[in-house]
Amino acid sequence: MALIELKQVAYQTDKQTILQEVSFALEAGDYVTLTGPSGSGKSTTLKLIAGLISPTNGQILYKGRNLVDLDLVPYRRQVSYCFQQPTLFDETVKDNLAFPFAIRKQPFDEERAKAALERVDLSADYLDKKITALSGGEKQRVALIRNLLFRPEVLLLDEVTTGLDETSKAIVHQLIAQVQQEGSTILQVTHDQEELAASHKLLQMEKGGILK
Amino acid sequence: MKAMAVSNLSLFLSFALVLVSVAISWKERLGLTKDIFYSVARAVIQLIIVGYVLKFIMHVNNALLTFLMTLFIIFNAAWNANKRDPNPNRQFWQSIVALIVGTYVTLGVLLLTKTVKLKPMQIIPITGMIAGNEMVAMGLCYKALATGFHDQRQQVLEKLALGADVKQASMSILRRSIKTAMQPTIDSAKTVGLVSLPGMMSGLIFAGVDPVYAIKYQIMVTFMLLSATGLGAVIAGYLAYRNYFNRQSQLREN
Repeated sequence: MALIELKQVAYQTDKQTILQEVSFALEAGDYVTLTGPSGSGKSTTLKLIAGLISPTNGQILYKGRNLVDLDLVPYRRQVSYCFQQPTLFDETVKDNLAFPFAIRKQPFDEERAKAALERVDLSADYLDKKITALSGGEKQRVALIRNLLFRPEVLLLDEVTTGLDETSKAIVHQLIAQVQQEGSTILQVTHDQEELAASHKLLQMEKGGILK
Repeated sequence: MKAMAVSNLSLFLSFALVLVSVAISWKERLGLTKDIFYSVARAVIQLIIVGYVLKFIMHVNNALLTFLMTLFIIFNAAWNANKRDPNPNRQFWQSIVALIVGTYVTLGVLLLTKTVKLKPMQIIPITGMIAGNEMVAMGLCYKALATGFHDQRQQVLEKLALGADVKQASMSILRRSIKTAMQPTIDSAKTVGLVSLPGMMSGLIFAGVDPVYAIKYQIMVTFMLLSATGLGAVIAGYLAYRNYFNRQSQLREN
């Protein structure tokens, strides 16, 4: 059974059809890239899989169960969506890294947070840094580890390296590779050649559908 | 009491004051003339009706009738508070629940502490004051929620994506909205008596009551409004934030 399966998924708003009859499956451990021109429905596909929006037609199955029948709150902790331009909350890096613990009603594990920061080449001192003092690349790295403090089963990456400097990009690439090796399934949207080459499978999208 | 009676002629002549605002509207081309006449007509008609209704209720002095009158006030306040909610998915029952709890809890404490007596001439005006202030606070809370969910849409989506439930994803917006709703009452408590002599106190002084005695009532009103606006805003806020989400814990498109 596929980990995630899209069956004839369509998504329409009042004004336009964004996706039509999209079908594909993700197996556990997959590393798949969705590529295609802007407006082809890549981000919408990720948001649908993340359970942030629901298909207007078709089904999305997680381990064989339709998402509409699932409690999406615990589901989203397993199928984690990372935004292209993430927003950091409140005041400090610590506020952001404490959030995943708070929503699980667990005490904040400072050592784990510091170890996570080191994974993205940020020193433990960053924990008390104000988010306004971070560069774009640092913000994206903090946002990524915020998604990874509790390793998700599936990681959905929506152009997370777009606009990052080369150093930050390399750090993020290394992190993604590690997370994949640790067993997470990855579905990413990217135009970056290095990321395209790293993934195991390519799905080309155009005009709201998958090209065969 | 005779000294404060307003003759019909005086009242008619004071209508000239309305013409001042009409003149401003006309001179500044504000387009408010129709609205001014409409609101004045409504105020006069509503007050005449209320005057006679209250006279009847106070004359009958029946507990059930007094209770029905308080319900009528609460219903109207809820209707208006609900109308101030910009969310198309607003729910009228939420405003009713917030107003019923906020008003009756506050009123209950005042009755139990014997601050007011179970008499229509005390219960009805006090209910009006409580519900009126709660209505304003709830309206502010609803508007602040709408602004929060509009301006911080991305942040709410990210919290949901991290696995937060709808309450966890809304908490910062909810707290700020309740604060916004309670702030005017807290601020006016700080300046009461220094900037304005509030209605209750002014009314008693008008009626010839010793100002030192009148302030006791105003102190009670200050306590009562803090409780009522707090309860109204908290209950309305905690019920209304859910209207921004669907059953699948997804943020609705508004």
